[in-house]
This record gives sequence, C-alpha cells and structure tokens, in this order.
Amino acid sequence: MKIFKVIAWIALIAFVGIQFFPTDRNESDLIPQTDFMLVNQVPTSIQNQLKESCYDCHSNNTKYPWYNKIQPAAWYLEDHVKEGKSELNFNEWDSLSRRRKASKLRSIIKQVESDEMPLSSYTLIHSDAVLSKAQQTEIIEYMRQLRGEAN
Amino acid sequence: MSKLRSTLGVVAIAFITLTAVSCNDNKKEQNKADGDHSEMSVDGDHSEMNHDNSDGHHDVDKNAMAINDSQDSKAEVILKDYFNLKNALVGDDNAKAKDLGMALTQSLKSFDVSSHSNTEQTELKDIIVDATEHAEHISESDIAHQREHFKILSKDITDMVAITGTNKKLYEQFCPMYDGGSVWLSMEKDIKNPYYGSQMLNCGKLQREIN
Repeated sequence: MKIFKVIAWIALIAFVGIQFFPTDRNESDLIPQTDFMLVNQVPTSIQNQLKESCYDCHSNNTKYPWYNKIQPAAWYLEDHVKEGKSELNFNEWDSLSRRRKASKLRSIIKQVESDEMPLSSYTLIHSDAVLSKAQQTEIIEYMRQLRGEAN
Repeated sequence: MSKLRSTLGVVAIAFITLTAVSCNDNKKEQNKADGDHSEMSVDGDHSEMNHDNSDGHHDVDKNAMAINDSQDSKAEVILKDYFNLKNALVGDDNAKAKDLGMALTQSLKSFDVSSHSNTEQTELKDIIVDATEHAEHISESDIAHQREHFKILSKDITDMVAITGTNKKLYEQFCPMYDGGSVWLSMEKDIKNPYYGSQMLNCGKLQREIN
C-alpha cells in the first residue's frame, strides 16, 4: 500500500511538473496581406470550410481546444501545427512564387481528393472539419481553377 | 485522508492515461519508420541495386568534383539523379525510387546558383526549392504518389536545364494519358514510360530534343 502512495505522489508531482513547461501558442490577431482569402476571390462557402477544416494547422492562428491547457496534449498539438504550417501556411500564400503556388495547389487537390486531409486524428474530435463529398468537390474545383490561372 | 488518496488515484490514472496515449503515438511512428526500414533491408535484390546505385551516385559526384567544380557539373549531378529516379519509376521500383528521391534531395540542396545572373538566381532558387520539396516527398511515398510528384519535378528539372544548360543530349517525352498529359526527360530516344511503368511501358511520344 505504501508503494502505491509513493507512486501516486511521484505521478502527481510529474503531472503537475510538466504543466509548467510552456508551449508555443500559434495565435495571431493579424491577418497578413498575403493571406489566401485576401488575395483570391474565394466564395464564402469555401472560405468558411477552409477556415473550419484547414486553418487550425495551416495558418498563424489556431482555435485551441480546452485540452490544450493540459500537458502532454499541448505538446502533441504543437507538433502537429508546426508540421502543418511548414507544409502549407494559408496566411503566407501570396509570398509563394507562381511555381510554388501551382505545386501547393496540386498537393491540396490530391490530399483532399484522396481523403488524406483533413487528418482523421483531427476530424475525430473536430467533427465540423469533416468534408462531405460535395464540399470536397467544391474545394477541388475551385483549387483547379486557381491552378489554371497560376500556370 | 481517504479523500486525498482517491483524488491522488484519479490524478495518477489521468496522468498515466495521457502519458500512455502520447507514448503510443511515438511508438506508432517508430514502428512505421522501422517497418519502412526493414522493408528496405529485407528486400535483398533491392538493397543490392541500391548499393550499386548509391555507388554510382558517389562516383559521379567525385568525378564531377575532380574534373570541374563549376556549377554546371552540379547541375549534371542533379540530372544524373533525376534519370536514375526516372528509371526506378519505369521499373516500378518503389523502394529504389525512395532512395533516389533522397539522393536527389541532397544534390538539389548542394546546388550553388552563385555563378548565374541575379534574375537567373531568383528563378533557379525557386526551381530548387520546389524540386527539393517534390524529391523529399518522393523519398517517403508509395509509388502512385511518387509519380504524381515526379510530374511536377520533371517540369522543374526541364526549367532548370533551360537555364543551366547541359552537355548531354536529352529527349523530352510526353505521355498523353497520365493526369491530362505529362512530360518527362530522358537520355534515350526510346520511350520508357515512368508514369505507368510495366503497365504501359512504351506509351508516349518524343516531343522535343534538347541539344
């Protein structure tokens, strides 16, 4: 019984201890001039869907869930956001060259088409982020049109 | 006291669960990496080819360095890796293409544009960044994905050659069927289709000769 007590104490101290490790929060009030929505004439329905399904990890502003206040969940999210932004950051869209835009659009189309994005680990909790077939088609059609202009 | 104990218990369980969840994820990723790794090394045939290949790559690298350390020789190394990659895709060899994607990533990263004019430098840097991203993806994807990235990579390499030039004779070839029509470069006149491999090996046509 004593050993349980010791373990419980150690666990508690460790759990409390890791709460003090700070994480970088991906939050910003500014929407840069290079934002995808600002430089393109994006239809409202697509704007809303992209913000709901993509912007948490692919922009400078994440709408954090409550469990981001608890470690180690916050570390997990931090990693995902960092990786997502390095692949594609919608806020910095217009800083990409034509070539890079065409490449990114191609990737967006392929990822949405093949159900790889949004990630299933993300839609598991964010059910609003799930794209229906119709929404997928709408996004893909729009991205194709943009790619046509970029080429 | 018993209240404290049960609270502690709950906290401990919560902690262990969270830790376990995060550990599991790490494990999964590790397993994935291990899986890829063993897949590569178990395939004896492949690792042999890979061995030959990486040797080839190094030889070219060394030769290029020995003969001439100019930028053009670096561009030739990129081309060499690109053609090896193309041949791996022609042979439907996913694992070999992964390794070559890695080799190409390295040669792209070591490409130094400083001998070119300012406008050319901007263009080349843009091409290199884009091509590197595709090469990286090729080094970690299944063959269908590799071919998707190879399409854009081919355009990048074609544009690169237009600036750097090459001492090789190249053939620009065209497959009308793949993704609305796709181009690739080859050193041989004969058509060997990297987008379909054995499925449609000789499908395509010669579009343009370079040099």
